[in-house]
Amino acid sequence: MSKLDWQLATVTAIRSETARVKTFTLSLPHWTPHLPGQHYTLRLTAPDGYQAERSYSVASPPEQTGEIELTVEAVEEGEVSGYLFEGVGVGDQLEVRGPIGGYFVWRSATGARPLLLVAGGSGVVPLMAVLRHRQRAGLHNPTVLLFSIRTPEDVIYQQELETLTATDPTFTLLLDYTRQAPTGWTGYHRRIDKALLAEVVGRFEASPVCYVCGPTGLVESAATALQDLGLPAEDIKTERFGPTGG
Amino acid sequence: MPSSFFNQGFQRKRPSTHKLPPGQYETHDFPVLSAGPTPRIALDKWTLTLEGLVEEPKKWSWQEFNALPQQDFNPDIHCVTQWSKFDTKWRGVSLDTLLEQVRLKPDARYVMASSYGGYTTNLPLADVREGKAFIGLIYDGQPLTPEHGGPARLVVPHLYFWKSAKWITSLRFMADDEPGFWERAGYSMYGDPWKAQRYADDDE
Repeated sequence: MSKLDWQLATVTAIRSETARVKTFTLSLPHWTPHLPGQHYTLRLTAPDGYQAERSYSVASPPEQTGEIELTVEAVEEGEVSGYLFEGVGVGDQLEVRGPIGGYFVWRSATGARPLLLVAGGSGVVPLMAVLRHRQRAGLHNPTVLLFSIRTPEDVIYQQELETLTATDPTFTLLLDYTRQAPTGWTGYHRRIDKALLAEVVGRFEASPVCYVCGPTGLVESAATALQDLGLPAEDIKTERFGPTGG
Repeated sequence: MPSSFFNQGFQRKRPSTHKLPPGQYETHDFPVLSAGPTPRIALDKWTLTLEGLVEEPKKWSWQEFNALPQQDFNPDIHCVTQWSKFDTKWRGVSLDTLLEQVRLKPDARYVMASSYGGYTTNLPLADVREGKAFIGLIYDGQPLTPEHGGPARLVVPHLYFWKSAKWITSLRFMADDEPGFWERAGYSMYGDPWKAQRYADDDE
């Protein structure tokens, strides 16, 4: 079977990450290894035949064989995310195909270049697959995750990221709260801008490969700033998520 | 895969007044999709070239290009990532206008569009003629912004929007089809939204 044939996955676990974000673990009859950054397309079919498709980044690493984890943010009035949040339970089946995507992917075998991961909100999901793969593969290339969220309640994968920070001295988590920071917070508390990125890039001894994923505004400004800071365009990979203005 | 599979309790939530291609949903935003940073192109350096299987290549500067006859067009656009946007408002130059200015060689059957930043995408020549394709310069009454492909992008609305190369700088006419950037990564060589030709495996 081709990786792009539809297959019926079974939901084996559902985990709340934040109030608006859930992770669905899907067991796949025809699992193939993915590259961190790739996505699956999920297709819902109504009893009257109406179908809707959405693409979701894989959050799990390729080492987690036989299943994938998709982390989904509830979109206001979301036709597909609304159904996933309210209508899907453990044991239900969902049609998916993948893995898909050949550009916003991290190939760890291409060398241990330092990594700068810049995430806005649920843009962290494909970057989490990178971090999980890096950890499971035992790699120690210097890696920074700069994670922009609005409030402390919006930190997806918080516990796991903090554990990784505590156990891997080559990994640095930089949270950036754009609206409301925790009491006593001394870290970043503003929208990601060029000065902030200059500080973060300055932490690296060698020029990092950058993966930027989040809302369009954040990705546009971060990718442009990274280029302005002298990083080559081919080292800046972007994925734009979510609703945008014109 | 049983064809009778359905998701219990799932139903259409957002009825569209328009006809949507399979798997698509309507958006009123204008989402941005590109693989890397947005190129910034100085207008005094901008050029558009027709090359490959033409009797004589043709190159326009920004000023020359903007002196060409322009027209309004209001297409529906369909992105392979499942959003569709209806009745978009553009102004630009029809590819028919450009093709009047060169003589194609008889064996030209395909076009490779190339962009600032290195992006490429392939199209059959027939799909960019007879009012089917434009170079878009104005969107919604304003100069096209860089994140949407400004200063100039290809617009081929009857195919998935990845065929509508942003930051266009050349059209190369070819005898044989060749894959572009996404096509090499496994996307459909043609990209008909109504046939849901998203990936190579979806091609007939």
